[in-house]
Amino acid sequence: MSTDPGTRPTTPRRTLRWQAATVLGIRDEAPAVRTFTLGLEEPAHHLPGQYYVLRLTAEDGYTAQRSYSVASAPDGRPEIDLTVERLDDGEVSEFLHDVVVPGDVLEVRGPVGGWFAWTGDSPALLVGGGSGQVPLTAMLRHARAAGRPDLVRMILSVRTPSDLYYGDELHVPQVTPVFTRTAPDGSARPAGRLVLDDVAPLVRGGETAYVCGSPAFADAAAALLAEAGVPDDAIRIEQFGPTGS
Amino acid sequence: MPRVTRGFVGRRPRDSRLPPGQYDAGDQWPVLTAERAPHLDTDRWTFRIEGLVEREVEWTWDEIGALPRERWDGDIHCVTTWSKFGMRWSGIPVDDLLEAAGPLPRARFVVAHSHSGYTTNLPLADVTGGRAWLAFDAQGGPLTREHGGPARLLVPHLYFWKSVKWVAGLRVLAEDEPGFWERNGYHDRGDPWREQRFQGD
Ligand SMILES: Cc1cc2nc3c(=O)[nH]c(=O)nc-3n(C[C@H](O)[C@H](O)[C@H](O)COP(=O)(O)OP(=O)(O)OC[C@H]3O[C@@H](n4cnc5c(N)ncnc54)[C@H](O)[C@@H]3O)c2cc1C
Repeated sequence: MSTDPGTRPTTPRRTLRWQAATVLGIRDEAPAVRTFTLGLEEPAHHLPGQYYVLRLTAEDGYTAQRSYSVASAPDGRPEIDLTVERLDDGEVSEFLHDVVVPGDVLEVRGPVGGWFAWTGDSPALLVGGGSGQVPLTAMLRHARAAGRPDLVRMILSVRTPSDLYYGDELHVPQVTPVFTRTAPDGSARPAGRLVLDDVAPLVRGGETAYVCGSPAFADAAAALLAEAGVPDDAIRIEQFGPTGS
Repeated sequence: MPRVTRGFVGRRPRDSRLPPGQYDAGDQWPVLTAERAPHLDTDRWTFRIEGLVEREVEWTWDEIGALPRERWDGDIHCVTTWSKFGMRWSGIPVDDLLEAAGPLPRARFVVAHSHSGYTTNLPLADVTGGRAWLAFDAQGGPLTREHGGPARLLVPHLYFWKSVKWVAGLRVLAEDEPGFWERNGYHDRGDPWREQRFQGD
């Protein structure tokens, strides 16, 4: 395998400045999952798959920073959507869910991450688990806005039907949901973890695969992709959340 | 100056070994990579020092195995916010390897690169003076493939993206030359105690 950064998307090298981000709206997506729409003081173009760093500051100067993928497509609007899963005892996610209301001002900087980004002009296979839905949905939205939904195929592993984010937006032919705990009534596939038979039919050859989810999920999914014939150097991985390894 | 966030009190760091923004990964050793781990055959493995040196040197697996190793015990910190305390490592001091090649007086930086093509930049001063190793063992056993085996760089005083997995060599330079993540917005040095995560920190 090879990593040739020269041929891969790279954002211009620049200093990332902190900017004010005003909370314009808050929406529920799934149990304990919310989308925050942030109005940016200095809007910047992002690629789907990139993320912003969010910073909270206490009166005494104590700060906490966390990264959140952009859920919205790069559509030129001066705002971004971040979708955050609330972790029990999570310093930042709990605060965002329990305290933040529209009108609050947070600080962010970005976009960050040039590697796990899709430029929108070549076939992509998107494989997500849990909050891995977030950056992959930005890619799906981008493909649709560009009139090229045919370029993406997406497979999402979630526990139950109510764990799918973004309302009906993911109920489209390009998206294959896989339910690990509870499958919808009458579905042919019983609830269970992602297996080769789920992934293999989506591999066409020549695509780049974007895998996002917990480290344990990402490892397992990348191994399935390799088994299904996707070359290692065509697999890009982003992991977040508590780890299993 | 950061702007105060309404209602945010925050949790204080609990352990003085934790740099700001880090959490204790405990017994876990998270594997965070952007690609699948390569399989490297030690028969064909090499480690090379080139660039601004008196003589470029390349070691094979057997040759490097004959060099004296030392032990380093301590904590490591990943930019993705986990830290791991009290690790046990062993490897060859980078000082010894560089001495064999003889950096020229103009040498001030290195680019460390991997057998998979990953690169990262470091000031020469951060890989000398007993602060960096070519590491083969961690926690009492050979480094696994996921953790960069058969050999990785170990620069424990900087964020761990500088400790190149599957390391292939060092290119010695007069000027700093950003590596893979650094071109994508990450900091050129990466001191965890100063939270040097991104350009401009
Ligand atoms: C590039 C990137 C993109 C991300 N995008 C999103 C996103 O779109 N949506 C989203 O919800 N999250 C995303 N995350 C995760 C997010 O940055 C935070 O890690 C998450 O919100 C938890 O932060 P917290 O402050 O609520 O929890 P914390 O206070 O940091 O931690 C909660 C609990 O978990 C433990 N803990 C924290 N991190 C870990 C870990 N990695 N492994 C094991 N234990 C841990 C802590 O010790 C604590 O007990 C992303 C992360 C990265 C790196």
